[in-house]
Amino acid sequence: MHDVIIIGSGPAGYTAAIYAARAGLKPLMIASSVEPGGELMKTTDVENYPGFPDGLLGPDLMAKFQEQAERFGTEVMLQDVVEVDLKANPKIVKCGNGDVFEAKAIILATGAAYRELGLPNEKALSGHGVSWCATCDGFFFREKTIAVVGGGDSAMEEALFLTRFASKVYVIHRRDTLKASKIMQDRAKDNPKIEFIWNKGVEELLGDPKLTGVKLKDTVTGEISQMDLDGLFIAIGNDPRVWLVENQLELTEEKFIKVDGRSSKTTIEGVFACGDVIDPTYRQAITAAGSGCVAALDAEHYISTH
Amino acid sequence: MSAKSVTTATFQADVLDNPKPVMVDFWAEWCGPCRMVSPILDEIAAEYSDKIDIVKVNVDEEPELAMKYGVTGIPMMAVFQGGSIAKQMVGARPKVAIVEDLASFLA
Repeated sequence: MHDVIIIGSGPAGYTAAIYAARAGLKPLMIASSVEPGGELMKTTDVENYPGFPDGLLGPDLMAKFQEQAERFGTEVMLQDVVEVDLKANPKIVKCGNGDVFEAKAIILATGAAYRELGLPNEKALSGHGVSWCATCDGFFFREKTIAVVGGGDSAMEEALFLTRFASKVYVIHRRDTLKASKIMQDRAKDNPKIEFIWNKGVEELLGDPKLTGVKLKDTVTGEISQMDLDGLFIAIGNDPRVWLVENQLELTEEKFIKVDGRSSKTTIEGVFACGDVIDPTYRQAITAAGSGCVAALDAEHYISTH
Repeated sequence: MSAKSVTTATFQADVLDNPKPVMVDFWAEWCGPCRMVSPILDEIAAEYSDKIDIVKVNVDEEPELAMKYGVTGIPMMAVFQGGSIAKQMVGARPKVAIVEDLASFLA
């Protein structure tokens, strides 16, 4: 039996692992078979993580997190958790390859997954003009006309990155102001390839088998318009990944895992949660890391008193 | 057995004229998710070598093939049967999920 199993391998999971490992708990991290490292694996330059004044690449930062966690004895498994029993004693974690593990405490750091527009042909056009990852797919849009949907930092980052390839990048946003930070807004607004389309929502994806354009609806006047596009990148936010635990733990109204005050304690004893899966507000690498630290300290306290 | 690479020159023989279903993995060196899914496809190729062939197309080296099949996102895994695409999947996913999606070809 393990003292603690950490599910998830973003900044929250790895920070929890570093603290738990240094406390001698020999944590087992189940990192996912295809997405270890979490959201930062899809980003390019990370300029706001303290301690790296020149910035660094998201995947390089995650490699450093992993190295630090392993240095103190974390075991990282590239597997996917398919089922958990959190109420059992010990707690049970089942993986996609059939492995079953037991632990005294569980730390959930499963993060958040990108949100879809919810349009009928969105899945069919995915990989054929519709994408959620500029760093993955931007390469295919050399000298093309594309659009990014969204108004936050990640939408600005995607748009700016895509100007390396595309001849024109529209940013389609439902409002007339952006949620993105000032520095990202200024960069996007100063970029000659980027043009903002304000107060428009995407109503329909056009094209079969390949995206050829979108139908837009004005959020103020209701007017419908059409736009020719070779590609559409969707950056409208993330939803907490709770499917594994939603029938066992209490969630908040917004479907995040509910924790007690500033702690990481969930509604089941010995189960702790941290990072984007509990955070509807800040969702930064550094806040996730801080939250991972809290979870490890809470788990350590729990294990030493039970 | 690991998945073999095909090119524009060998695509007809290896994929389109292949009597077995063939899963083509469109990938690139710079694509992180492609690198994660690649060993998984090698495992599936080895386990189900009598049912399905799995081959790789490097989109940097074979842009014509990527363009011909409208690939704008990778990893893109397209299953060819009888010379045309019977099923496709986009993005790196766990082995169990890929095997589940391939069930009709592996039966």
